[in-house]
Amino acid sequence: MKNNIPWFRRFRENRLFWPLVALALILIVDAIFAPGFFKIGILDGHLYGNIVDVFNNSAPLMLVALGMTLVIATGGVDLSVGAVIAISAAMGAVLINPALGNKLISNDILTKDATNTPLWLIVLATLGAGTLCGLWNGLLVSRARIQPMVATLILMVAGRGIAQLITNGQIMTIYYTPYFFFGNGFILGLPVSIYIVAAVFLFAWFLVRKTSIGLFIESVGINAKATYYSGISEKNIKLFVYVFSGFCAAIAGLILSSYVHSADGNNNGLNYELDAILAVVIGGTLMSGGRFSLLASLVGALIIWTFTITMYTFGVPANALLAGRAVLVLLVILLYSDYSRRLLNRIFDLRGS
Amino acid sequence: MAQRIKHFLLNNAPLLTTITIFILVFMIGGWLYPAMQKPQVFFNLFINTASLLIVSIGMTFVIITGGIDLSVAGMIALTSAASAALLVRGTSPVIVMPLMLVMGVAFGFTLGWIIHFLKVQPFIVTLMGLFFARGMAYIITLEALPIQDLSYRMLALTKVHIPFMGKEYLYIPSLVGPLLLLVAIYLSYYTRFGRTVYAIGNNEQSARLMGLPVGRTKITVYAFSGFCSALAGIVWSISLLSGYGGYAPGMELDAIASVVIGGTLLTGGVGGVIGTLFGVLINGTIVSILQFNGTLSSWWTRIGVGVLTLIFIGIQSVFYMRRKHS
Repeated sequence: MKNNIPWFRRFRENRLFWPLVALALILIVDAIFAPGFFKIGILDGHLYGNIVDVFNNSAPLMLVALGMTLVIATGGVDLSVGAVIAISAAMGAVLINPALGNKLISNDILTKDATNTPLWLIVLATLGAGTLCGLWNGLLVSRARIQPMVATLILMVAGRGIAQLITNGQIMTIYYTPYFFFGNGFILGLPVSIYIVAAVFLFAWFLVRKTSIGLFIESVGINAKATYYSGISEKNIKLFVYVFSGFCAAIAGLILSSYVHSADGNNNGLNYELDAILAVVIGGTLMSGGRFSLLASLVGALIIWTFTITMYTFGVPANALLAGRAVLVLLVILLYSDYSRRLLNRIFDLRGS
Repeated sequence: MAQRIKHFLLNNAPLLTTITIFILVFMIGGWLYPAMQKPQVFFNLFINTASLLIVSIGMTFVIITGGIDLSVAGMIALTSAASAALLVRGTSPVIVMPLMLVMGVAFGFTLGWIIHFLKVQPFIVTLMGLFFARGMAYIITLEALPIQDLSYRMLALTKVHIPFMGKEYLYIPSLVGPLLLLVAIYLSYYTRFGRTVYAIGNNEQSARLMGLPVGRTKITVYAFSGFCSALAGIVWSISLLSGYGGYAPGMELDAIASVVIGGTLLTGGVGGVIGTLFGVLINGTIVSILQFNGTLSSWWTRIGVGVLTLIFIGIQSVFYMRRKHS
């Protein structure tokens, strides 16, 4: 029977269909109106060009979206990712600061390309800080039974304050070259951040598709009580997804602070929670939980950044871009609403019969 | 009688806790910094939180229906930028102000319409509203536009002295919030609309089965919130005498936190605008304590508000669990 379904319909019902159509539409617009968009060149032994930029810039968002996908699949939401990015970036910057614990602070010491902390410790502390934030969210949601939106709202409000507390309210500039490897480095001509995303994605994919955790996450999202009665610890599943989301946000914080060479409690990861949710929704995962697709969320993140960079190539000012992004959200909303879905299905079915 | 008092206390526990915390925080401030004991400091709270109070009142209604409105700060920025741009071109304030209010209502109405008819989560729709409003504000002007209009200046600088008190004063824009609060109290407790709002928040399905106009009420609530944010935008542009797309950053969070601290449940159905007033005042008090201190830095506001929100959510879950059990 399965073979009788026309290939187009099978493809159309795939979760990747709509995100890919959207991405293709944006790329077609680029191909027509911005001829230089697809140009890829080689400079200093690595690739450069708009497409590479899209991947490099969207890496932090992709990571956050991966964590967010799992959280949303359990029927929750993590509003604190932006703040967690700021916290972990601040953590990294403070540890790198060569004047740490030094009484005598001079401009020379502050701008020196050196640090007193080993790099592995910096990375570990950065990731640890974010994971700890995720653990806090997870405990509030799973053990204290607070609604996810409210529980993560607390860290969203307080988190940027904590980040500023860590850096003592300053925007810390980083001068330590090895640290820049995560955001600006290249391996085999491709940005390091792409490899990081690929590694985290493979890890997550293996976890949710090759072990039963993925099934548990979906079942918690569909019906938490029934999951509990069937003997699965829904508490620990929830705890796990929030910790994972915090971990992903921490890596994003690492990449972002290394990319911009600084940690700013107010602006690191600004609006990332919103973009990540948007990426997940574009990827077709329902906010009410249940079935999810990690790959579709990655495509969602790519769509957001392709759109953004397209707008930059058209010369739209960064601030006014917000309005453009709003239009993007509106289109997604319209496309995914029940009403238009039904309409489209009817059109396709008519043609099929 | 004792039974009655106990009942009253239990029923109004969240509101009473909010008021107690407000008094406590204010007293701690007065104890730490004797200058805070001046009555003017109390009235300054209303001056400083004028816009926040207005926005939070609109937000309270939205949250009681079980929704959320993230677009409020964007609307403030858009209103300030749009009115500044119009006033610079010489449009009369008599036209500008109603125009802004109409824009706010239309904006809120559109968001509400999308939420209700396309069945999309309020969170995402109002998020789009936030992006859209801020983006439009930046399209209008990329830098802050000063407002030179005489009547705006007059409104901004006229002091209103409090009756029966000597030197204490408020500015005209800071009166808008308390007046709106009275309207909101009337709306939520004495009208059919208010009851429907609570009914929807408790259970939308049953509200619909009871024959209540769910769709109309939900859209009205968002339109009202849009109205409030436009009003807050006007108040903001009067008190700052300028307009810019970056104004009121993160105010939606402050508003939500104030509403939650005021005892309204984010799940909807429980709470009210009176609590919101005290939530906003607590927020203002923390800010003024930090200002009196001078060395404590601004980030403590965020941490303080976060911790208070946490405490409140804890208190609420204890009280509502108890009520469910009894």
